[in-house]
Amino acid sequence: MSEHAKSSPLKMYFGIWIALLLCTYITYKAAFIELGRFNAAVALGIATLKATLVALFFMHVWHASEKLTKLVVIAALFFLLLLLGLTMTDYATRVWS
Amino acid sequence: MQTAISQPVERENYLNTKYGVWSWLLTTDHKRIALLYLLSITFFFFIGGFFALLIRLELLTPAGDLVQADTYNKLFTMHGMVMIFFFLIPSIPAVLGNFLVPMMIGTKDLAFPRINLLSWYLYIIGGLMMLHCMMTGGVDTGWTFYAPFATNFTNTKIVEAGLAIFVAGFSSILTGLNFVVTIHRMRAPGMTWSRLPLFIWAHYATSIIQLLGTPVIAVTIVMVAAERALHLGIFDPKLGGDPLLFQHLFWFYSHPAVYIMILPAMGVQSEIIACFSRKRIFGYHFVAFSSIAIAVFGFLVWAHHMFVAGMSVYAALVFSLLSYAVAVPSAIKVFNWTATLYKGSIHYDAPMLYAFGFLGLFTIGGLTGLFLAALGIDVHVTDTYFVVAHFHYIMVGGAVMGYLGGMHFWWPKISGRLYPEGWARLAALIVFIGFNLTFFPQFVLGYMGMPRRYYDYSHMPEFQVLNVLSTAGATVLGVGYLLPMIYFLWSMRYGKPASDNPWNAAGLEWKTASPPPTFNFDEEPVVTWEAYNYDELDAPHKEEVPVAR
Amino acid sequence: MPDSTVIGLQHEEEHHPELLHHFAEPQQQRDAASLGMWVFLATEVMFFGGLFCAYLIYRRLYFGDFAAASKSIDATLGATNTAVLICSSLTVVLAVWAAQTARRTLLISMLGITMLLGLAFLGIKAKEYTDKFEEHHVPGASFSFENVEIPGHPGQFANPRHAQMFFSLYFVMTGLHALHMIIGLGVFTWLLLMAWKGRFTPEWHTPVEIGGLYWHFVDIVWIYLFPLLYLIDRHP
Repeated sequence: MSEHAKSSPLKMYFGIWIALLLCTYITYKAAFIELGRFNAAVALGIATLKATLVALFFMHVWHASEKLTKLVVIAALFFLLLLLGLTMTDYATRVWS
Repeated sequence: MQTAISQPVERENYLNTKYGVWSWLLTTDHKRIALLYLLSITFFFFIGGFFALLIRLELLTPAGDLVQADTYNKLFTMHGMVMIFFFLIPSIPAVLGNFLVPMMIGTKDLAFPRINLLSWYLYIIGGLMMLHCMMTGGVDTGWTFYAPFATNFTNTKIVEAGLAIFVAGFSSILTGLNFVVTIHRMRAPGMTWSRLPLFIWAHYATSIIQLLGTPVIAVTIVMVAAERALHLGIFDPKLGGDPLLFQHLFWFYSHPAVYIMILPAMGVQSEIIACFSRKRIFGYHFVAFSSIAIAVFGFLVWAHHMFVAGMSVYAALVFSLLSYAVAVPSAIKVFNWTATLYKGSIHYDAPMLYAFGFLGLFTIGGLTGLFLAALGIDVHVTDTYFVVAHFHYIMVGGAVMGYLGGMHFWWPKISGRLYPEGWARLAALIVFIGFNLTFFPQFVLGYMGMPRRYYDYSHMPEFQVLNVLSTAGATVLGVGYLLPMIYFLWSMRYGKPASDNPWNAAGLEWKTASPPPTFNFDEEPVVTWEAYNYDELDAPHKEEVPVAR
Repeated sequence: MPDSTVIGLQHEEEHHPELLHHFAEPQQQRDAASLGMWVFLATEVMFFGGLFCAYLIYRRLYFGDFAAASKSIDATLGATNTAVLICSSLTVVLAVWAAQTARRTLLISMLGITMLLGLAFLGIKAKEYTDKFEEHHVPGASFSFENVEIPGHPGQFANPRHAQMFFSLYFVMTGLHALHMIIGLGVFTWLLLMAWKGRFTPEWHTPVEIGGLYWHFVDIVWIYLFPLLYLIDRHP
């Protein structure tokens, strides 16, 4: 892997770590506040933010020397959304249930 | 390796470099692993074929008089499971792909040779589990093992069969992983994407499907096993579960799986047609990208297997439309192969006979798929022999003929021997005739209303004539499949030794010895020419007709 | 007969002992390993994806019953486990950094702490499973979920059958995740042994990198499992 540890990445790692713990705390607290339909959106939104931080900075996708890495990540997400989304087209349009 | 024909001291190659069982069972040479697969999948092909024989014998008469109903259910289930998971899905990628991918891109081995060996062992373990399952009672749910019958009501060995398929699926995933990384990272200098043989593009697309689709059926099997063994009922209607969810998850893999089975054969088709027309494939980039398009679009259409199962009719409309779209890249390939033939210098060697067979039979199979994609037609012919005929035209008329064509084409490279051309052409003809006699009547039967998976059709005895024809065809087809087995084996001892490039074909694999040395090339190739440079290959001897002899 | 160790090398230099013969140079081998692990993680996304699909469907269909069931699992333990895994992801990146900068002691300790955190995660999970067992929330013959109110709908009781569906998904999803954790612990045991023997150098520490990628992925799965399973409708 390319040496991007020239300027210390330690500050970045600890920063992301704090951010992740903070996000976890916010998710936990927000769940106990009545937000109606937005509870789910907030929870999933924060989860996605956390996952993105882990992927980009802990898994080094942000600084990836290979474009292919990013393509693999995007492809995996695309097909996952395909599975979830197209299956939902069935369940969301079954007017008789 | 001994030769019956005396010749100068034999060069060292991957076959004779080391002897002994362990040099094969612990090999990391992709070519030896390919042969290990060849033996294994041939074994399972005959097991699956045996079940097919029993099915066709039962259907000779309208009454269910050969086997009992439960037994018949097991026969068609095991035929499907063995043929799909243990023959068709590995066949071309694990045998021809393993052998040729590194050679075609100019490298010494796949990216992960030990994982390649692991793939084979996983396949064997899965195969042994499936054999054990079959010998101790088998499964009777159909290869599709739908919930809730498979999860709640049958007491056959679902968990064992499911785990066998899970393990074999892992083998498939690792093969796909190996191919993707190899093709991205290990191409020889000068081997750009646009210079890759279409066989490589096809296997790359196949690998994408294997990687992204197989895990979904794997987790579905886990859920079924959890339901049966641990009472964690995810598809259980008693808990509010939806059996259709099983079908969604099952077909999310199993539809792209059919593209795993056909894309490699399409790759073989491109190589054979180019060589035996002495022409570059027409529309190279269209054919290359159509492989990727098939891989992606193939994931968008799965619910066309569920049109009458109780899904939303609006979703069915969407899937029907998408199913028409997925036919387009396949059609593009058929047009381009045909255009390649135009003004080509056609040679009718055995591989080309299989390619011609593929061209016609795949087209028929594919077109009948479009009939099935139309909701109105599907309502009438779903779960009839029309569907059975449709998929056998593609799987057998397409994929198996592609596999046989490829085995003949690359046999000189693999074994260093020439097979007997006369017998091979005869066998190809027998296969073609036997195939059509077996499966064309089934289109008619299905259209007339004969349901699939029925062992007794005595309520409609007028189906018997066509069934008898179909069984007769199956016998002929069986003979056609036995012949190559016999003469390939014969050729390993008595066949004429092959030169490096008996077909004068394009491709890096033909630039090294037959059989190749363990590390494929004496020197790393540097590619400076385009794929399918047949005009250059034929230029020095335009008057001659390049043949294998 | 060509010498197998020489074939393919374009230049006469002594090659790294870890360079496998079918690769031309270490960078190619590293890139192949990295791509291989990323592709494998893509397959894992689809593997868990099937379960998330099932979960999505049923949560939408039986929201109230799922909310009631979700409320009965301990969100504090779940949040703690999330924090544990986040800390373990930090120790993993620090381990990789230690390998990159030839800090053997730090590498060994970071690998070790990662494993301890993983064990802590599994320990907390075991406590949760035990609680569920004692409350008769494990699907099967002895499952019982009577008279549990649907959050936000006083007087309405959750359908025990749909609640059992929630728990079926809960156990399969967290169980599969835990299995991946256990496999991760196995991988890290091997990494720890290799690090102890001093096998990793700044030039070659690929197993640490790709083992780390796997661990982060398992963390990401849990990042989604936590809110989906534990926090469906928690407001009072």
